[in-house]
Amino acid sequence: MALYRVLSSSPNKPANALQSTLLNMQETIREPMVQDPTQFDVLVMPNLYGDILSDLCAGLIGGLGVTPSGNIGANGVAIFESVHGTAPDIAGKDLANPTALLLSAVMMLRHMGLHGHAKKIETACFDTIRDRKVLTKDLGGNSKCSEFTEAICQRMKDMD
Amino acid sequence: MTTRSVRALSGALKPLFSPRSPQGYVVAVCHQTHKSTYTAPPARYGGRHTVTLIPGDGIGPELAKHVCELFRFCCVPVDFEVVNVDSTETSEDDINNAIMAIRRNGVALKGNIETNHNLPPSYKSRNSLLRTTLDLYASVMHCQSLPGVRTQHRNIDIITIRENTEGEYSSLEHENVPGVVESLKIITRTKSLRIADYAFRTAREKGRRRVTAVHKANIMKLGDGLFLECCKEVASGYPEITFDSMIVDNTTMQLVSRPQQFDVMVMPNLYGNVVSNVCAGLVGGPGLVPGANYGENYAVFETGTRNTGKSIANRNTANPTAMLLASCLLLDHLKLHGYASMIRKAILSTITDSRVRSHRCYMQYVGGIQLLLLRPALYFDITLNMSSPLCSSCTLLIWEVRAPHLKWSSPSWMQSRALDLAHRGTRNQMTVRLYL
Repeated sequence: MALYRVLSSSPNKPANALQSTLLNMQETIREPMVQDPTQFDVLVMPNLYGDILSDLCAGLIGGLGVTPSGNIGANGVAIFESVHGTAPDIAGKDLANPTALLLSAVMMLRHMGLHGHAKKIETACFDTIRDRKVLTKDLGGNSKCSEFTEAICQRMKDMD
Repeated sequence: MTTRSVRALSGALKPLFSPRSPQGYVVAVCHQTHKSTYTAPPARYGGRHTVTLIPGDGIGPELAKHVCELFRFCCVPVDFEVVNVDSTETSEDDINNAIMAIRRNGVALKGNIETNHNLPPSYKSRNSLLRTTLDLYASVMHCQSLPGVRTQHRNIDIITIRENTEGEYSSLEHENVPGVVESLKIITRTKSLRIADYAFRTAREKGRRRVTAVHKANIMKLGDGLFLECCKEVASGYPEITFDSMIVDNTTMQLVSRPQQFDVMVMPNLYGNVVSNVCAGLVGGPGLVPGANYGENYAVFETGTRNTGKSIANRNTANPTAMLLASCLLLDHLKLHGYASMIRKAILSTITDSRVRSHRCYMQYVGGIQLLLLRPALYFDITLNMSSPLCSSCTLLIWEVRAPHLKWSSPSWMQSRALDLAHRGTRNQMTVRLYL
């Protein structure tokens, strides 16, 4: 670095302790600075913080289009729903991503105790997305909603 | 000037005028008659500012120590009045002393004071007390992607402006029925207008295009509805700035997926807390972002995310960047822009060039900044004793050397340092600093 040459008459060799200290500092430490959401497992919180944090976490995993949710009440009463909007601009055009509602249905099956079915549908859904062959537009693909669903159904048939 | 002093001065200057001296020029600055573009800072006494320093808990004291060390090294004309606040004490004497000191000095640099949750509800958060008593109504955090810091999202440049004195932090809670607690969130028209005006003024001053109000008015129709209404009202007075609003949950989602869409954000207290912490996380974490609390008459600077860092205290692993950048904000506030930009450049160079990461190299980091600052400033001091008082009519000679191989040589910086010394000179003594 040109700055070092100010302090010594011969620029090519470190003339003093000052320069050698500076050269030691050049050691590159490649520690990435990332904030780590994987440190969290289950988070329980009051209403407002839950509203904020659940949407924040949804943003981390790909958005509301892939996030399932459920509202559990007393005596096993529950409503499972996707939390994305109604998307009136693509309604009726077979373009929507069904993942959020599908995974919410999987949560519902688990709530009902039908774990086998839940596991099968979930695996089929995840594998279809992982494959990246048949994806809806919001996930970067060109397929229709029905094609995506058909691909999941096909996988389930292959699993049996 | 007396004959003796002139002889001493000319003797000192003789080698500089010799033919073998490096190429340069002499700038003669006569204090009274020379018309300089340099504007003196609003100095308190003798050209030096006094700033209250509250070390706080956790990593606060060690960071404060390093700020002092850096300021001493750079000869920044700031003296710190240290006021310790003991967070374990239930009496409010400590914090009242701190508030009085800030009232006296007008500016403060503080570390976070821990709030123990196990103490009774009558014990108010010391930080909150300080902010509300001094009416530091605007908490400003500028989250910028720093070069050399690897994060998932790049090109982030968001200013978050958070209302600092009301909202969910009013500390008004009661339990009329056992097991049922009611907590009051206070939103007032006056304070909402004030913070909105502050946000738009800041956006205008900094040339920003868009202000986003963050709220939850679909649920809190009266409270956040009032806040939103006040923001819209103020927005109408700033036609060149686009105003929009976003619900807080959508905001946090957008922040983690596409943070580049945000410019200036204004919000009530709690949402400000959440959103500014998310923004700090996006640009690299709590160790990197400074924060500032502004009021009508006072300003307090601290780390942006207000953490005590108890788990990493006294281990020499804390990242001092946030506190050092906060001290640069402090210097900007005192109009010592030369020092502020010098320290800021040194910090950013240290992060970028030497890739020093806090975990292992904290001491080297601060040493790195000092070494970076030392490089261009080679000088020697001559103190001249004069029999006759000269005061304001003394003449300073500054030898400025053009050194093209220096990465940055700032003539105005050198000049400002020389003039600071002139102010410091007593009636019978003058110190001349000659730069090589």
